[in-house]
Amino acid sequence: MNKTLLVARREFLTRVQKKTFLLTTIGVPLLIAVFYAALIFFQFKSTDTYVIALSDEANVFGGKVPEKKDDLEFKLVKADTATLRKQLDDKTYDAYLYIPASFSLNGNDSMEFRSAKAMGFMTRDKVEDLISSVLEEKRWLQMNLTKAAIDSIRKKDEPIRFTSAAGKKETGAKAGISYGVGMLSGFLIYIILFVYGTMVMRGVMEEKVSRIAEVIVSSVKPFQLMMGKITGIGAVGLVQFLIWILLIFGIQMALPLIFPEIGASLQSAPNMGPGAGQATQAVEDMKNSGALNGFMSDLQTINFGLIIGCFLFYFLGGYLVYSALFAAVGSAVNEDPQDAQSLLFPIMMPIIFAFVIMTNAVNDPNSSMAVFGSLFPFTSPIVMMARVAHGIPDGVTVVQLLISMALLILTFLGTTWVAGKIYRTGILLYGKKVTWKEMIKWAFRSN
Amino acid sequence: MTKALLELQHLKKQYSGQKAVDDISFSVGEGSIFGLLGPNGAGKTTLLRMITGIIYPDEGQILFDGKKFDPLTDVNLIGYMPEERGLYKKMKIGEQVLYLAQLKGLSRQDAMQKIKYWFEKLDMQTWWNKKVEDLSKGMSQKLQFVVTVLHEPKLIILDEPFSGLDPLNANLIKDEIFGLAKKGSTIVFSTHRMEQVEEICDHIVLVNLGAKMLDGSVQDVKQQFKENKYYIRLSEPVQPISSNVFSVVDQKERELTVRIQPGGASNDILSHFISQRQNIEAFHEILPSLNEIFIRLVEGTHAAARAFQNNAS
Repeated sequence: MNKTLLVARREFLTRVQKKTFLLTTIGVPLLIAVFYAALIFFQFKSTDTYVIALSDEANVFGGKVPEKKDDLEFKLVKADTATLRKQLDDKTYDAYLYIPASFSLNGNDSMEFRSAKAMGFMTRDKVEDLISSVLEEKRWLQMNLTKAAIDSIRKKDEPIRFTSAAGKKETGAKAGISYGVGMLSGFLIYIILFVYGTMVMRGVMEEKVSRIAEVIVSSVKPFQLMMGKITGIGAVGLVQFLIWILLIFGIQMALPLIFPEIGASLQSAPNMGPGAGQATQAVEDMKNSGALNGFMSDLQTINFGLIIGCFLFYFLGGYLVYSALFAAVGSAVNEDPQDAQSLLFPIMMPIIFAFVIMTNAVNDPNSSMAVFGSLFPFTSPIVMMARVAHGIPDGVTVVQLLISMALLILTFLGTTWVAGKIYRTGILLYGKKVTWKEMIKWAFRSN
Repeated sequence: MTKALLELQHLKKQYSGQKAVDDISFSVGEGSIFGLLGPNGAGKTTLLRMITGIIYPDEGQILFDGKKFDPLTDVNLIGYMPEERGLYKKMKIGEQVLYLAQLKGLSRQDAMQKIKYWFEKLDMQTWWNKKVEDLSKGMSQKLQFVVTVLHEPKLIILDEPFSGLDPLNANLIKDEIFGLAKKGSTIVFSTHRMEQVEEICDHIVLVNLGAKMLDGSVQDVKQQFKENKYYIRLSEPVQPISSNVFSVVDQKERELTVRIQPGGASNDILSHFISQRQNIEAFHEILPSLNEIFIRLVEGTHAAARAFQNNAS
């Protein structure tokens, strides 16, 4: 058997046979499932209403309280600010809105809104929306418009058809899903680069510290050993991912059967990355209009074949580019793991940088930053996923995708070549603290 | 001398300007037990690494079995036990030996058969499912030896093979080394322990500061460095001696150490005592030990201090 394959097989088998492999492989998707279940649970069962005392001395609200909406609840009271403050201290209300008698729609006097605790951004937004819509309506009425006229002005769905140059129908939901998918896959690749990269580094360090490296390089070339290790650990990652994908699909299938009520929203939940507010909003909108079918068809407009294909390519490409560098660092480190920290810094920087660009690119896949990040091979594995999620050619053109892929392959060849040379020297060098300067010297000397 | 299995021709290797190996040539005869000696930092490990194909010489070339050494294929014919022993601590011993044997190009079946043979021979059958971290130092040393010779290499390179072994296991390994040499394997071994070299090696090379200082069979080297000293034991106390053929170096009641003057021969000493009618019980030449030669050659060079420290420890 080919020696690189032999090494890869050992790396693969020793890791897969460990109990921790089974634990993380099953545990991580379970954790994710529990996380989403909790998220959904709180979304549905949220009973924490925010109670606002409304003291309307100017009679702006006309003696009626606004309907309870979301988690905001108004209670009409008659009190001055001193009493209101006291009640706030007694925690009778979460906040109060005091409208002084001198307040007029066109005047300058202001109402006072005071909350017991610092308000969340979202709550504040809702309160503001609510009050302004009431005031707006008042102003319209002052201009002698009838209530019916106002309602017709406020028609909800504006007849705008959003389409992109590709001629495909764009809906809010699709943009939201693209955002979620891009965020999630970019984030996953970001995690992969760190987790599997350090796994390679630790493997190399282990071989160096236990001094087996010298025994092995008398049988195989150092480059074969390095590539074998990278291949083996890469295979572990791939297998783990396949299991995860299967498990996630399995859980998604099973959950609606167990909890029918959350089934519908779970369809979209795994696609939501952290902070995917738009997606949540989109889902919310559709639930209100009962357009679940529309959502399902939107989901189908996302080219999952393309995304999964690109994900695998960039997962492997990014992993190969970086793991070789991690291996080089591992070979240069001695017993002291702290040495690794400073050597790792230049490798971690572009990964973190890529993550930052990616969070931008999911919103604006065609910004110049996103384009640069998705072509530059040290950031492209993470950034490109954000653009690909928006589809071709909306998010990224075929030409750009191909250039990015070609650059990534070339870089992989380059970093592996450089890392191989560093590795060869480093793995046999003991008792010396190595700097990047020396490593670069090793990489470019003639033999 | 028999055909050379390994020939080093003008090897040079520099590390960041420092000459680790500076123009060293020697050859190792097939089936011989060859000792590569030298103080620490002399360039032994660098030489061994070049022979095992781990690093390449800057200049010069290595011939293996008459052809230019090709690391890709020839490493399968070499077994190397580095001074710093290394095995995967957490891997099961059986799997580990199998893996390392397969890396040397053995098929799984072949490897299993040979592992069985060696494990039985060295009484290691129960080790298969143990891990290296469970073994004592001596045990893992034994394991490392098995790993090195398992694939029946033509050339076996052992760096300090006896360190950490108790006398019993050291003898066991020594016997195996002789056995392998008898079967036709060539053995290069590197050590500071001169008494082992005298006992085991046919041929030695001494390197110091990257250069070869000595090359020859153990006997030749001793002859080369002899000081024409002889040991004599008489049956009666020694009479006062005056001779122009030899001078007395050391004298006890019935024992004498003498040195022959230039131009003299050993028989001249004998005739002296015979003519004095003194009975000679024992008479032999005193050859320097390799240890003395080693110290004499290395002393005074930069490497000396370090070498002594190491020998002392």
